[in-house]
Amino acid sequence: MLIEANNLHKSFGDVRAVDGVSLHVAACEAYGLVGPDGAGKTTTMRLLVGAFACDEGEVRIAGHDIRTRPEDARSNLGYLPQRFSLYSDLTVQENLNFFGEVRGVTSAELAQRGAELLGFVGLKGFEQRLSGQLSGGMKQKLGLACALIHQPRVLLLDEPTGGVDPVTRQDFWQLIIRLLADGVAVIVCTPYMDEAVRCNRVGFLSQGRLLTQGSPRELTARLEGRVLELVAEPRVRARQLSLDDPDVEDAQTFGNRLHLRVRAAAGPLERLPGTLAAAGVQVTRLKPIAPNLEDVFIALLEEAEAAHV
Amino acid sequence: MRLLALIRKEFIQIIRDPRTLALTFAMPVIQLFLLGYAATNDVRNIALAVFDQDRSPASRELLDAYRAADYFRIDFDVDSEIEIRQLIDSGAARAGMVIPPDYSEQIAAGHTARVAFVIDGSDPTLAGTALSAATLIGQAQSTDIAVERLSRQGQLAAMDPAIEVRTQVWYNPDLVSAYYMIPALIGMILQFLTTILTSTAIVRERERGTIEQLIITPIRSWELMIGKLAPYVIVAFIDTIEILIAGILIFGVPINGSLPLLLLLSGLFLVSTLGIGLLISTISNTQQEAMLTSIFTMLPSIFLSGFFFPLAAMPQFLQWISYAIPLRYFLIVVRGIVLKGVGASALLPEIIALSVFAFIVMGVAAKRFHKRLD
Repeated sequence: MLIEANNLHKSFGDVRAVDGVSLHVAACEAYGLVGPDGAGKTTTMRLLVGAFACDEGEVRIAGHDIRTRPEDARSNLGYLPQRFSLYSDLTVQENLNFFGEVRGVTSAELAQRGAELLGFVGLKGFEQRLSGQLSGGMKQKLGLACALIHQPRVLLLDEPTGGVDPVTRQDFWQLIIRLLADGVAVIVCTPYMDEAVRCNRVGFLSQGRLLTQGSPRELTARLEGRVLELVAEPRVRARQLSLDDPDVEDAQTFGNRLHLRVRAAAGPLERLPGTLAAAGVQVTRLKPIAPNLEDVFIALLEEAEAAHV
Repeated sequence: MRLLALIRKEFIQIIRDPRTLALTFAMPVIQLFLLGYAATNDVRNIALAVFDQDRSPASRELLDAYRAADYFRIDFDVDSEIEIRQLIDSGAARAGMVIPPDYSEQIAAGHTARVAFVIDGSDPTLAGTALSAATLIGQAQSTDIAVERLSRQGQLAAMDPAIEVRTQVWYNPDLVSAYYMIPALIGMILQFLTTILTSTAIVRERERGTIEQLIITPIRSWELMIGKLAPYVIVAFIDTIEILIAGILIFGVPINGSLPLLLLLSGLFLVSTLGIGLLISTISNTQQEAMLTSIFTMLPSIFLSGFFFPLAAMPQFLQWISYAIPLRYFLIVVRGIVLKGVGASALLPEIIALSVFAFIVMGVAAKRFHKRLD
């Protein structure tokens, strides 16, 4: 395991920001950490890189304890924080050189690897630009290049595609996929479910606790047969009526469709067409569909809230 | 070399911020001019109004004596005491002298002639100087007259005065304030620059988020600390030399002592001030906070170090507080070396005090300085 985190705890005053998180990520594996804002994603990342000292628990990066052997652990670690954290008054090349030099990359290696990386992230030709004058997406790419300059085996990305256009997002994932092929272990924090699906495994974080983790397939399997797609007009009325059905737990709107989470599919499939038709709602489609991660996520959050109350 | 990379990066950042850089090197010269010319205690050419009712050779001799010492300039020759009052009230004259009509008669008769001297006391420094100058000149003139009398009586033609107080001022014989202020300015600038620049340079990393990327590099805390401080040590030394050169060229301040010793002890003093900057950085979240806190520490340093006002004249409890101010010791060191030309042995107590400060302040700061976010 390249990343081992056992039972991490971190409190700020009375707030338990991270409350017993354990996760293990192997080489060639991408782990997606998803959760609502304030769930503790960034705090977890900061515990993993040792920017915060954890109150309890331990972190090992490539086998080195981040607390007792931080230098060894960090020589294997690349980190792209959520906020742009390079020097805006230094040029692209100067940033890359600086972070290479402080990580002990020799100047010969630096010249070769630096050029390679800038090509890799698509920043060739921007070497002399002050990094503060780059666009949001380019800043993130430079951040990635700086995080990779010492060829780390572990890469932690905190919302790398926040505020980045869809094409650049796509580029970013292509880069991550190539790194995975090289044997890197990656953790990505993301609020986007379509990004989480790309990960080998996903962990759902809420109020500092990992509610569940598993491959997207394992996670969606839990709701297999329990999500119905409903296309009907008027939609608002259709949603209300659906929620009145004893077996419907939740109804979420996705564009012009509704996803109904049900205890069991049979009952609603039989009852709903009649109920809706009687109320003057015109049903175009009602059928079981494969659940997506968002369905799972919402179900988990509701369960957690119910358990809390 | 991680440390070199850090220092190089810091220098690039210093150079990329030309406004701060210009301020850093312009400030000492501006301060030098302000303190050298404006904050001067030297009193020359006090405007004097004279009401000479005698108008005799003896009274003219007295006036010549006042003219000769350039403390006074006889601007007004008036005909009544009322005019003197008016001139002093309006501020045209700062002092007035009234010579009685029987001045020469009294002297000739061997009596004491009484001359009245009025001084505008609204500016105490000026009045103090005028008072002592007027008294001294009068006494000197009186001695001359006494000697002349005795010799005229044929007694002891070359009699020595009964008492002669020969005053001699060492080190700064002309009592030029600039000589006193300029060396001290080195201390003030060193402290001001290093605390503000280092504290903001460190807090800036936190404010802009760059600390997050630094934290996860293998840079050790002490390397980060040295890498942050070293560039400003160099800036501070350039400023020191700048002040010395400007002081010599513009104000003719004589450097009587050893320059290497001065630079060495400046380095010792810098350890304390950099430590203060470092400490401030550990308690500030924004650059503004760091800057305000730095300025806050400057005020007691300036007023309780003997920079402007002599410590000996302060209430006892303020004198006690002054012992906790490193600048106090450094001012003794820098004035001692520049003005008196003293060596290290004469400054031993101050060197020990500065060393203790350097050790404690830097020690506490280093202990508090973590390469972490929490």
